[in-house]
Amino acid sequence: MRLAASNLAYGYADRKVGSGVTLELAAGEVLCLLGPNGSGKTTLFRTLLGLLPAQGGSVLLDGCDVQTLTRAAIARQVSYVPQAHGAFFPYTVREVVLMGRTAHMGLFAAPSARDYAAAVAAIKRMGLQHLADVAYTRISGGERQLVLIARALAQDARMVVMDEPTANLDFGNQVRVLERIRALADDGIGVLLSTHDPDHAFLCADRVAMLVQGELVACGTPAEEITAQRLKQLYGIDVAVTALALADARIRNVCLPLGAL
Amino acid sequence: MHSSGTDRSRTPVLGIAIALCALLLIVGVAFSVGQYPVSVTELLRVLQSWAGGAPHGLDPTLDTVVLEIRGPRILAALLVGAALAAAGAAYQNLFRNPLVSPDILGVSTGAAVGAVLGIFLSLGVVAIQSLAFAGGLAAVGMVYFVAKSVRGHDPLLVLVLAGVVLGSLLGACVALMKYLADPYNQLPAITYWLLGSLASTEARDLWIAAPLMLAGLLPLWLLRWRINVLSLDDEEARALGVATGRIRLMVIIGATLMTAAAVAISGVIGWIGLVIPHFARLLTGPDFSRLLPVSVLLGAGFLVAVDALARAIANVEVPLGVLTALVGAPLFLWQLATARRGWQ
Repeated sequence: MRLAASNLAYGYADRKVGSGVTLELAAGEVLCLLGPNGSGKTTLFRTLLGLLPAQGGSVLLDGCDVQTLTRAAIARQVSYVPQAHGAFFPYTVREVVLMGRTAHMGLFAAPSARDYAAAVAAIKRMGLQHLADVAYTRISGGERQLVLIARALAQDARMVVMDEPTANLDFGNQVRVLERIRALADDGIGVLLSTHDPDHAFLCADRVAMLVQGELVACGTPAEEITAQRLKQLYGIDVAVTALALADARIRNVCLPLGAL
Repeated sequence: MHSSGTDRSRTPVLGIAIALCALLLIVGVAFSVGQYPVSVTELLRVLQSWAGGAPHGLDPTLDTVVLEIRGPRILAALLVGAALAAAGAAYQNLFRNPLVSPDILGVSTGAAVGAVLGIFLSLGVVAIQSLAFAGGLAAVGMVYFVAKSVRGHDPLLVLVLAGVVLGSLLGACVALMKYLADPYNQLPAITYWLLGSLASTEARDLWIAAPLMLAGLLPLWLLRWRINVLSLDDEEARALGVATGRIRLMVIIGATLMTAAAVAISGVIGWIGLVIPHFARLLTGPDFSRLLPVSVLLGAGFLVAVDALARAIANVEVPLGVLTALVGAPLFLWQLATARRGWQ
């Protein structure tokens, strides 16, 4: 199972956002995408998911061009966790997670007992049981983010693309989501996520890719690629990257922004 | 998760039961009120003998009142109310906005142009109804194709804008024909049609309108789960595996068919498609597989009640469009002010 972009140009017909992106995501690995605001991360994700047509190059899902696949066929293989947002009607959390099952239902079908079971299991995995009957419109931004991840789990795809899954979360929930992402990869699911915190790549990623003005400037293991020099190139600030020996003798890399502070 | 399973099955049954009881009660009352009062026992005996029982031996006027005048009219109110409410519920999900009514894409204005043209040309009733129906379909078709040919924008926004623009253009056509119409014969007929009425409905109209409405309701019911997902962001719905463009087109066709058939026999009746789904949502929650049946029942009951009111409150018939606004607007505002369950 592979999601592969080769020499991909992406964006809109009248406004190119990026080009020359060659990237591969295999099942069972976590690939973390870093890049400053406006570097084209979300647009790249949309193109990888086939939501925007590629402006050049190709996106292959298991060897098939995503543009030739139906929406349902893509959704059964790749799920998408967008950034949490407002909602229009007070669907319950269970109903929202159940929507993740849509690609597995026939065009005229309603959710089956199996779909309900999958939704309940996904809600449990994200620890959201207490919210299952609460309206999605009434929970906090962070809780919505967790619900959207549960929806992606219910979708039962081998690949997950997550757009800043930690953006609205408190310190504890950020780490819990990263743990969940790691566990998903260990279960054989490929995860592509974007984040603004390079430490997150150290915490959960197998590989890291860096995007500047729509072009990949680095792609490799976090230990090799996340350096003070790279982070300066990405974010324009001075950062110290050091290894930290923990009490249990493990070594952890951490980033410490210096800037002018 | 046992308790949640029962929750799921209990709430819709309760909502549908409440709506159904209210509907039966309203229909009973609607049969008895009017210039010629009919008691419940009289009504039951007339219906019994009509259904094949022994002759009732009461005043034969009762037969005329119940079977030929009020019967078709109440049936028409049921159908029109149900159709407008169902179309409104579908459009509110489609456009992700609880303040949308079935005529957002210009079906009512299109129908008005057709009907007013028919009256202006002094055509017969059937021709006027057909022109209204065709006008409604043509207006929405035009809006859809205009929106389709504009690329590079949010498809929903373009649809709404095209609907607004075309709607106001068609509104100007109606105004022009009103201006040119004969003020003694045609103008009152036009005004009367534009305000909506079921007074002249005959059984024959229902035989044509009912199948059209059912044909429109069918896709809405079949696509009920996909319509839930349509209420998400367009991109999100697509990422979940929904071919949004195609589903949206099917929903528009279904809702337009229902609304155009309703408007063709009743004239323009506002507010039902806006207010009823809103109350149905309060009763059962937003899940479309429950929202649609409850909207249908509430819409049918609401219009039968309003139509009975239109016959009963004055010696002259009050136009339905006026009454639905008078009843609907305060209801809506009251609900807005007291609602605890918001959208955002």
